[in-house]
Amino acid sequence: MGEVKLAVEDLHKSFRTDAGVLPVLDGVRFDVAPGEFVSVIGPSGCGKSTLFNAIAGLERPDSGRVVVDGRDSTGRSDPFAYMPQQDLLFPWRTVLDNTTLGLEVAGVPRRAARDRARALFGPFGLAGFESARPQELSGGMRQRAALLRTVVQDRAVLLLDEPFGALDSLTRTDMQEWLETVRTGFEWTVLMITHDIREAVLLSDRVLVLAPRPTRVHLDVVVDLPHPRGLGVITDPRFAQLEDVLLNALRGRRPEA
Amino acid sequence: MSAPTRGRARRTLSAVVPPLVLVVVGLVVWQWAVTSTGVRPQVLPSPLRVVEQGWRNRELIWTHTVPTLQVTAIGFACSLALSWALAIAVDFSRWLRRALTPLLVASQTIPIIVIAPLLIIWFGFGLLPKVLVIALVTFFPIAIGLIEGFAATDRKATDLLRSMGASRWQRFRYVRLPGALPSFFTALRIGITYAVTGAVFAEYAGAKEGLGIFMSLQKNSFRTDLVLAAVVVTALLSIGLFGVTHLVERLVIPWHVKRRRG
Ligand SMILES: Nc1ncnc2c1ncn2[C@@H]1O[C@H](COP(=O)(O)OP(=O)(O)OP(=O)(O)O)[C@@H](O)[C@H]1O
Ligand SMILES: [Mg+2]
Repeated sequence: MGEVKLAVEDLHKSFRTDAGVLPVLDGVRFDVAPGEFVSVIGPSGCGKSTLFNAIAGLERPDSGRVVVDGRDSTGRSDPFAYMPQQDLLFPWRTVLDNTTLGLEVAGVPRRAARDRARALFGPFGLAGFESARPQELSGGMRQRAALLRTVVQDRAVLLLDEPFGALDSLTRTDMQEWLETVRTGFEWTVLMITHDIREAVLLSDRVLVLAPRPTRVHLDVVVDLPHPRGLGVITDPRFAQLEDVLLNALRGRRPEA
Repeated sequence: MSAPTRGRARRTLSAVVPPLVLVVVGLVVWQWAVTSTGVRPQVLPSPLRVVEQGWRNRELIWTHTVPTLQVTAIGFACSLALSWALAIAVDFSRWLRRALTPLLVASQTIPIIVIAPLLIIWFGFGLLPKVLVIALVTFFPIAIGLIEGFAATDRKATDLLRSMGASRWQRFRYVRLPGALPSFFTALRIGITYAVTGAVFAEYAGAKEGLGIFMSLQKNSFRTDLVLAAVVVTALLSIGLFGVTHLVERLVIPWHVKRRRG
C-alpha cells in the first residue's frame, strides 16, 4: 500500500483484575492511509474501546507501538481527537463553548477558538444553536456537536467510539447519511468503532473485524464502493455481499449461542 | 402575566402556603392554650404577647441583631474559605485525602457545648471565638459536599479532557469544579442554617452583644417573651439567608437550576 498516516504495531494489553490477568489486546496491527475512513467492528467486550484508549494515549499498552506520520506516538494524545461513546457535552457551557473546549485546553485564544468552531456550525447543521445549552438539543444534534468538538481540534487522526450508538435508528440513518456527505468536504483520517455492520459498510473505505477477546485483527475488508454513497447504495448487490462477509467473519469465531 | 411567570408564581405559592397554614394553626392552638389555662407569662407567654413585647423592644433587639449578623457573615466567610481550601487540597493530593478525611470526621465529634465556653476563656469576648464556633459547625458539610462533588466527576469526562491534552489543573477547572457546584450549593444551604444558630450559641456562651447574650440576659430576668421574640428573629435570619443561597445559586449555576425544573 501507499502512504501510511497511522500505523498500529503489535499492540498488547492486559488488565490486572481480582480474578487474575485479563489479556485484552493480543497483537493488534493495522495501517490507515491518509484520508481513509476505517471502521472497527468486533464482538461486544472484545476490546475495541481498550484499543482506542491505547491508541489515544489514555492507556499505556504493555507492548507495541502507535506511529503517526512516521513518528512514534505511543502514549501520546496530541495526534488524536477522541470522541467517546457518550456525547459528554457539559451543561454549564453553551453549545459553542462545548465545541471549543479542546482548543481552549490547547491554549488557543478564546476568540480564535470560537471563530474556528463557529465556521463549522453551518456544515454540521447546528447554525443558530451556538448559544443554546446542550440540554436544549435533540439527540442527533448533540452527537453532531460532539463530533464538531472532535474535528475542530484539527488533529491528525479522528477516533470515534460508536458515535451514533445511542441514537434511535431513524436519527442514526440521518446521521450516517449526513456524515457521508459532510466528510467529502474535509480530509479526515477516521477510525470508527461501531456495532452496526451496515453503518460500517456505508461509511468506510475499509472495515477491520476484531476477534473475540483477547483480540487481534481477524479480517481486513476493503469497501470498494464509490463515494459519496447515498442510501441507494444499500441496494447494490456488492453492499449485501460485503455485509454478508462481515457478518460471517463476526460469527466465525463466536461460539454458537 | 405570561404563562411561565404564572407557573412560577403558582409554584412559589404552593411552596409557601402549606408551612404557613401549619404555623398559623400552631399559633392559634398556643394562644388558646395560654388564655384558657391562665399560665403565667414568665412560664409561657402567648404568641400575641411575644409579638407585642418584641415590637415594643424592637430597637433593643435590633442593636443585638446587627452584631449577630456580622459575626455570622465573618464566621461563615472564614468557613467557606477553609472548606474550599481543604476540598481543593484533598482533590489534588491523594495523600492529603487519606490524611485529612479522618481528621475532618473527628472534628465533628468535638462537643461544641463544651468547647464554646473554653474558646471564650482562651480568646475572650471578641470576634475570634465566635468565628471559630461558626466555622467548626459549618465547614464540615460544605467541605464534604465539595470533596464528593469533585470526586463524582465522570471518569469518561476525565478521559475526554486527557485526550485533549488537559493538565490536572485544566481538568479541575473545566470539569471537576463546575461539575461540583450543584453539590456545593446543596451543602451551602445546610451550612448556612447552622451558621446563625452557631453564632447565637457562641454568644450565649459569652459575649458583649448579640442575640445570644440578649436571650441569656432576658432568660435570667424571666422575660420569656423577649427570649422567644429573639428566637423568632433568629429564625427569620436563617430563613432569609437560606433564601439568599437560592438566589446566588440561580445566578451562578442557572444551567443546573433550569435542568432540575425541566
Ligand atoms: N480498566 C480496566 N480494568 C480491568 N478490565 C478492563 C478495564 N477496561 C476494560 N476492561 C475489560 O476489558 C474487556 C474489553 O473491554 P472494552 O471496553 O475494550 O470492550 P469493547 O469491545 O469496547 O466493549 P463494548 O462493545 O461493550 O463497547 C472487557 O472484558 C472489560 O471488562
Ligand atoms: Mg466500548
